[in-house]
Amino acid sequence: MYVAVKGGERAIDAAHDWLAEERRGDRAVAELGLDQIREQMSLAVNRVMAEGSLYDPDLAALAIKQARGDLIEAIFLIRAYRTTLPRIGASRAVDTGAMRCDRRISATFKDAPGGQVLGPTFDYTHRLLDFKLAADGELPEAPESAPSEAPMPRITEFLNKDGLIQDEAVSEAVPPDMTRQPMDYPANRALRLQALTRGDEGFVLGMAYSTQRGYGRNHPFVGELRIGAVEVEMEVPELGFEICIGEVTLTECETVNQFAGSKTEPPQFTRGYGLVFGQTERKAISMALVDRALRWQELGEDNLGAPAQDEEFVLAHADNIQASGFLEHIKLPHYVDFQSELELVRRMRAGATGAMREAAE
Amino acid sequence: MSMTDVGNEARKGWMGLLARAPASQLAARLEGLGELPGFDWLRVPEVGGVMVRGRMGGTGAPFNLGEMTVTRCALRLESGEVGHAYVQGRDKAHAERAALVDALMQGDRAEELRAAVLAPLEAAEAETRRARAARAAATKVDFFTMVRGEA
Repeated sequence: MYVAVKGGERAIDAAHDWLAEERRGDRAVAELGLDQIREQMSLAVNRVMAEGSLYDPDLAALAIKQARGDLIEAIFLIRAYRTTLPRIGASRAVDTGAMRCDRRISATFKDAPGGQVLGPTFDYTHRLLDFKLAADGELPEAPESAPSEAPMPRITEFLNKDGLIQDEAVSEAVPPDMTRQPMDYPANRALRLQALTRGDEGFVLGMAYSTQRGYGRNHPFVGELRIGAVEVEMEVPELGFEICIGEVTLTECETVNQFAGSKTEPPQFTRGYGLVFGQTERKAISMALVDRALRWQELGEDNLGAPAQDEEFVLAHADNIQASGFLEHIKLPHYVDFQSELELVRRMRAGATGAMREAAE
Repeated sequence: MSMTDVGNEARKGWMGLLARAPASQLAARLEGLGELPGFDWLRVPEVGGVMVRGRMGGTGAPFNLGEMTVTRCALRLESGEVGHAYVQGRDKAHAERAALVDALMQGDRAEELRAAVLAPLEAAEAETRRARAARAAATKVDFFTMVRGEA
């Protein structure tokens, strides 16, 4: 039980003033601008947008500054702000096939139409600290080549033409929204994907990794990973037609997984799907693996008792704001609870030591 | 396609362009336009969230991906045209300018606006996109196979 305690106002005010000062750090060092965070800490901004579940790079940069770089605290700030926004509507489902890709790779098809485009990746870097960055900011211009006009079709669609991969059921059903209704189990796949895309990157990564290490093994290949900008369209009732309301950068990952077939399905490949705000590929790949692991029932696979197959376990623990809220509340005053426990332990000790004394006599 | 459909297609085009344009670029373009007409608000600028949806596997059933910030407004010019705006972000002045352009594009000054505002914004967007696409193209892998010597 949490009991309200009065009397800390002066101390709290002083703590917050000191927090502001510590946030600023040494005043001899130039203060960070939000534009600097947005432009130069962009992957932190992307993570805050993805897990804060709100696409707004300027707000995410502000949250990171306010949180002194504590990304979970920043995500908390974004979630709190998000709840104050009136909901204008819902977009049409974005067309990731029409993405203007910065990066597009496939681990399954070397010669995919559109090619393997590496984009601005950390892959193939040697992970050696670059001391040039500690000195000046001089850098060469990135090279350019003639942009290709050719489309970049989604790679799983090739497999689909031969019926070698499970088809995605076409539907226009309005998906459930966990920000509007409390989570309900069993959740359907739409709800699972919403919970995973805003879930904690570390947690989703850990769950995905557990499936690779044998806890609910499902043999994934990255069929395709693409990162780029898509336009967001929404139907506007007062106009009676759809308009583009902006553009978001997304990371999409589709895994291709072995599937031996079931009583109703022939042997074919199956899919796991990840789609996340921003350039967030570790998270998108993780999401795809966990999505696939959670589909065991629908695909008629065995429940191996693996954590990543347990929908309630995964979804109920993926949210870092819920988790840290509950975890961190135990540091707030629990004087009354503790007092009663103290009484209880004293009474039990008195009983136990009394019994020991009697036994010794 | 009827005339209204053609009109709607064109309008969709400029509304999208205005929504995507950087607020500072739109403001600079309007500044060069001189005196702008007065208007009445039909809906004052309002910041809200739009739930962005994706599809399972890219092609399947929709799911909720997360929200984005959007600012919307509507206004009526003294001459009667009604302009709407739905623009990404939280910049109320951006939404106001976009709605103003939307209204003006429906009146006598449409050609002037197309030349002074829309065309430059379109060119700037095309150049930004080209520059990214060109950098991406430079990172495209050219595979070659080492042929083992037979001789």
